[in-house]
Amino acid sequence: MAPLIEVKNLKKYFDVPGGMNHAVDDISFVINQGETLGVVGESGCGKSTLGRTIIRLQEATDGQVLLNGEDITHVKGRKLHKAREQMQIVFQDPYSSLNPRMSVEATITEPLKRSGRFHSKAELNDEVDRLMKLVGIDDRLRHSYPHELDGGRRQRVGIARALALNPSFIMCDEPVSALDVSIQAQVLNLLMDLQEELKVAYMFVTHDLSVVKHISDDILVMYLGQAVEKGPTKELFRNMLHPYTKVLFSAIPSTDLDHPMHRLQLKGEITSAIDPEPGCRFRARCPYATEKCGQPQQLEEIKPNHFVSCCRVREINDL
Amino acid sequence: MGKADSNHVPKHGKKKRPNEAWKTFKRVFKTPSAKLGGVLMAIIIFCAVFAPLIAPYDPYTMDLTDLFATPTLKHLFGTDAMGRDVFSRVLYGAKYSLALGLFTAFIGTMLGVVLGSLAGYFGGIVETIIMRFCDIWGAIPGMLLNIVISACLGTGFFNTILAMSIGTFPGGARMTRGQILAERSKEYLEAAESINASKTSIMFKHLLPNVISPTIVSTTMAIGGNITAAAGLSYLGLGIQPPTPEWGALLSDGTTYINSYPHLLLYPGLVIGITVLAINLMGDGVRDAMDPKLRD
Repeated sequence: MAPLIEVKNLKKYFDVPGGMNHAVDDISFVINQGETLGVVGESGCGKSTLGRTIIRLQEATDGQVLLNGEDITHVKGRKLHKAREQMQIVFQDPYSSLNPRMSVEATITEPLKRSGRFHSKAELNDEVDRLMKLVGIDDRLRHSYPHELDGGRRQRVGIARALALNPSFIMCDEPVSALDVSIQAQVLNLLMDLQEELKVAYMFVTHDLSVVKHISDDILVMYLGQAVEKGPTKELFRNMLHPYTKVLFSAIPSTDLDHPMHRLQLKGEITSAIDPEPGCRFRARCPYATEKCGQPQQLEEIKPNHFVSCCRVREINDL
Repeated sequence: MGKADSNHVPKHGKKKRPNEAWKTFKRVFKTPSAKLGGVLMAIIIFCAVFAPLIAPYDPYTMDLTDLFATPTLKHLFGTDAMGRDVFSRVLYGAKYSLALGLFTAFIGTMLGVVLGSLAGYFGGIVETIIMRFCDIWGAIPGMLLNIVISACLGTGFFNTILAMSIGTFPGGARMTRGQILAERSKEYLEAAESINASKTSIMFKHLLPNVISPTIVSTTMAIGGNITAAAGLSYLGLGIQPPTPEWGALLSDGTTYINSYPHLLLYPGLVIGITVLAINLMGDGVRDAMDPKLRD
């Protein structure tokens, strides 16, 4: 059976003054039903663009997105609508992702009406009830407006809206980074509970690595639009192979006082993604960079299911 | 207003959604200032509709024995250079001026909002064409444009309305576009797209309600401006033709005698001022009623 989502060599370039911004450059991965892929990387590395291109909020420059084995990269009209019912999005900012002039009920009802599955007002009402209960919003908030809710509740409304179309895949674009830490845990738990109950797959974009460890089955590490490392979460946290992954993961705060963290520090600024030179994009800041790194790099399966894009990965890690 | 209000409830009570219209109505007139605006506006509209019943004299009848009478009980607002009763003329003029002000402001704003939203929402070449067109259109002085259009189409009530509405849309378009640009990057629009909302629905259901507030305010302001601008046209012999007692015309007639008989200017001016005030107060009420943040 075909995987739920298969991304093949996806590229998204933006025409900007001064050249082409390679926001997403040749990324491939697979997400199976009910699984979570965590996408990590620093700000501006193309994580969100990748997600938005997959769910067709942006048009891909090149490559393919397959949904249940069917190419949806350039479908239009009714087929696009069908595909979008399968793929929904939860946004980072619960403040700007809800229409300030629509009540909770109106926000959740809108996708239900579009789906055409409900024929009477009573059915719609029941479904709104069900969704509100599912994401844990009190019924008394039904007629409230977004400005009357706190961040966590707004995010719950956003999640209910995404669930309304019964999607099998939800792209979570840093859904908890705008929330208080205590609320973050609630929303994360809600997302995980929903996954268990509805068997929905997530693509979880974040720069919070402790979150990604908690929630993901697989992890994709991005640097300047390219995948530098990907693999199962446990394997990746045990064996980070790419120099960038090591630096990134060394930034996870530790509460273990006996083993103080050794934070690896990078020199220099992130290079530009506008018309980048061939070769490894990390080499300007990489402590292991040599001339060889100027050659185009390939993702290589170093261990089972564990892919790394670094020509010196074996030397560095003594493999 | 109290009586008229209580008549409203049972009427809507019979409909499917009972108090929806009534609720909206109450929200608009929630604040004291909006109530005041509503009362003033009701009085003015009442006068406009029932002018023939209220007016003590015929607005067109000249009385050459009683020119430039100062305000007395006989002539509340005095009489003009031809001995016509100014109070009666103001009453009769209300329907022309109100219709002129409301229609021109409304049509002009609608045109502006539609063009501005198209430009702001679609961007690119559509935006360039619309906005450059507005720039060129806006570069022609408003009065000149009115003169040209009136001269081409001929004078008369409807042609005046047309001329003046066409003249005012670039401002509205520019404002709406600016608002939309500020709002367009918000994620709730992407969310609407991802739940398969159509472009029309995104534009009119999601985007427009969130950008319309400043437009409502500027429309209410424009009404007063348009009433006086119409006077300028009449003065040039292009707008509504004398002896139609349109308010602007009353004003421009009065200016000739401002030093000797200021009441000819004062009373029509006062009435215009009160009308504009009433409309602005109601406009604020409408704007507040549309904004859920100001509802409770």
